[in-house]
Amino acid sequence: MNPIYARRRRKDIVIRGLCIAAAAFGVTWLALILATLLYNGIAGLNLDLFIADTPPPGSTEGGLRNAIVGSLIMTVIGVGIGAPLGLFAGTYLAEYGRNDRLTSVIRFINDILLSAPSIIIGLFIYGAVVVPMRGFSAIAGSLALAVIVIPVVLRTTEDMLLLVPNALREAASALGLPRSLVIKRIAYRAARSGLITGVLLATARVAGETAPLLFTALSNQFFSLGLNKTMANLPVTINNFVQSPYAYWKQLAWSGALLITITVLALNIGARILGAERTAK
Amino acid sequence: MAVESNVIDAAGPYDRAKALSAFKLGDLTFYWITRLSAISVLLILGGIILSLIVGAFPAIKEYGFAFLWTQRWAPSADPPVLGALGPMYGTLVTSFIAMLIAIPVGLGIAIFLTELCPQWLRRPIGMAVELLAGIPSIIYGMWGFFVLGPFLANTFQPFMIKIFDGVPVLGAIFAGPPSYLSLFNAALILAIMVLPFITSISVDVFKTVPPVLKEAAYGVGCTTWEVVRSVVIPYTRVGIIGGVMLALGRALGETMAVTFIIGNSFRISSSIFAPGTTISAAIASEFAESDGLHQSGLILLGLLLFVLTFFVLAAARLMLLRLEKKAGK
Repeated sequence: MNPIYARRRRKDIVIRGLCIAAAAFGVTWLALILATLLYNGIAGLNLDLFIADTPPPGSTEGGLRNAIVGSLIMTVIGVGIGAPLGLFAGTYLAEYGRNDRLTSVIRFINDILLSAPSIIIGLFIYGAVVVPMRGFSAIAGSLALAVIVIPVVLRTTEDMLLLVPNALREAASALGLPRSLVIKRIAYRAARSGLITGVLLATARVAGETAPLLFTALSNQFFSLGLNKTMANLPVTINNFVQSPYAYWKQLAWSGALLITITVLALNIGARILGAERTAK
Repeated sequence: MAVESNVIDAAGPYDRAKALSAFKLGDLTFYWITRLSAISVLLILGGIILSLIVGAFPAIKEYGFAFLWTQRWAPSADPPVLGALGPMYGTLVTSFIAMLIAIPVGLGIAIFLTELCPQWLRRPIGMAVELLAGIPSIIYGMWGFFVLGPFLANTFQPFMIKIFDGVPVLGAIFAGPPSYLSLFNAALILAIMVLPFITSISVDVFKTVPPVLKEAAYGVGCTTWEVVRSVVIPYTRVGIIGGVMLALGRALGETMAVTFIIGNSFRISSSIFAPGTTISAAIASEFAESDGLHQSGLILLGLLLFVLTFFVLAAARLMLLRLEKKAGK
C-alpha cells in the first residue's frame, strides 16, 4: 500500500475512534447520572414519601407530600396559563401572519426567550409580581413557570401547523368554512399529536425548574394550598435539603430527585413517541 | 319536496345572515386572541427588560460603571460595596472551559451519529443524548455536588496539579489545593449539560448537506474524516457556529447546576481548581435573603447577564437563520 494512502487511513481510523469515544462519553454520563439517582433514591421510595410532609430538621420521619402537591399545583397552573397563550401565539405566526414583519420579529424574540436564563425569568416575576403583591406566593411561581412554557409551546405549535398541507385548508375554505373554523377544525386536528407533543415538552421543561421558583414561590415546610402564600415544591425543597447537614434530608433530596427525573424523562419519551407517530404517518 | 324547500326558503335568509355574522364575529375574535397572544411575547421581553432596569436602578445610580471592575463584594459593609468583576469572571471562565470540552465532544458525537453509526444504533444513541438535555439542571447540580466533585478532587485535580507543578503559566492555572467546590467542576458539569444542544443542532445541520456532495467526495476516494473536514463542516460552518453560540448562551445563564459546586467565592483566583462564583449562582444563593442596595446590585448582575446572553443568543439565531435560507434555496 502506498504510504500516503496508509497515512490518510491511519488518520481516518484515529478520528473515527475519537468520534466513537465521544459518543460513548456522552452516553456514559447519562448512564452514570441515572445509576447514581436510582442507587441513592430508591431506598427512600416508600409510601411515606407520598403521604407524609417534609420533616423538621433532625427528624428521621417524613416524606415529600407537601412538596409533590405544591409542584403539581404550580406546574398545572403554569402550563394552564402558558400553554393556551403559546398555542394561540403559535397559531397567529403559522396561520395569519406567515409573511408578516411582526411574525419574524416575534419568532426571533421567542427563540431568544426559549433559551433565556431561567433565573432571569425569576427576577422578572419577582419585580413584576412579588414586589407589588408584597410577598412570595404560589401564584408568582406559577406565572414564572408560565413565562417559560410560552416560548416552548409557541415554537412547536408554529412548526407543527406549518407542516399541515395547505391543500387541506384550501379545501375547507372552498366549502365555505370561515378562517377561524378552518384553523380550529382542520389545522388543529391535523396537527393534534404535534401540538400535544409541544405541551408535554413544555411540562417536562418546567417540572424540574428550580431557579425561577427560588424567589417567587419560595418554599415552606408544611402542607398548604393557598395560592397567595409561599408553597412547598419539589425542586426548591431538594435545593434546600441537599446542602443540609441532616442525613435524612439528603435521603429525601435523592428520592425527590429520582421522582422528578423519572417524571421528566417519561414526559420527554412520551412526547418523542407521539412526535415519531406523527412523522411516520 | 316542494314543502321542504319552502321551509328552507322561509328559514334560509334569516339563518344565513345570523350564521354569517356569527362566523364573522368568531373569526374576528379568534384573530385578535391569537394576535394578542403573539404580541404578549414582545410584552414579556419588554417586561423583563423594564423590571430589570427598574430593579437595578438604585445600584446603577450608586456604583455606576465602577460596578463592572470592582472585585470586592461586601453587601453587609456600611455602605455596602458591590462589584461584578468576580461573578463576571466566573461566568466567562466556566463557560469558556465548558465550551472547550463540549464543542469537540459534541461535534464528535454528531459525526458519529451522521457518518459512522450503524442504522440500528442511531435512534438509541440520539435519544440518550437528547434525554441528557431533558434532565433538570438541579439534578446535574446535585450529582456534581455528591458524586463528581469528590471524584474530581480525589483523582483528576491532584493529578493535574502534580503534572503542571512548576510550569510557568499552566502551573498557576492548575494550582492546588484540590477542592470539591471549584470553577473547573462547575465547567465540567456545564459541558455535560450543553453537549446535547451542540450535538442535536450539528446533526440537524449535517443533514442539510446534499448527499451528492458527500457521494462525490467519497467517489474520488476521500476517507470519512476527509469528507467531514472538507465537505460537511465547510458546508455547515455557519450552522455549527450558531449551535455553539446557542449552547454558550445556555452555559452563561445556567444556574442550578453551577450553584452547588462552584463554592460561591467572589474572589478571583488564577487557579481553575479554586472556588469562584457566576452571576446566576450569586443571584440564586443570595437573592432571597437580600434587600435594599444588595438586592438592587443582584438585579443589576441579572441585567448584565441578560444583556450578555441576549447578544449571544441573537447572534446564534441570526447565523442559524442564514443557514436555513441557504438550505431553503
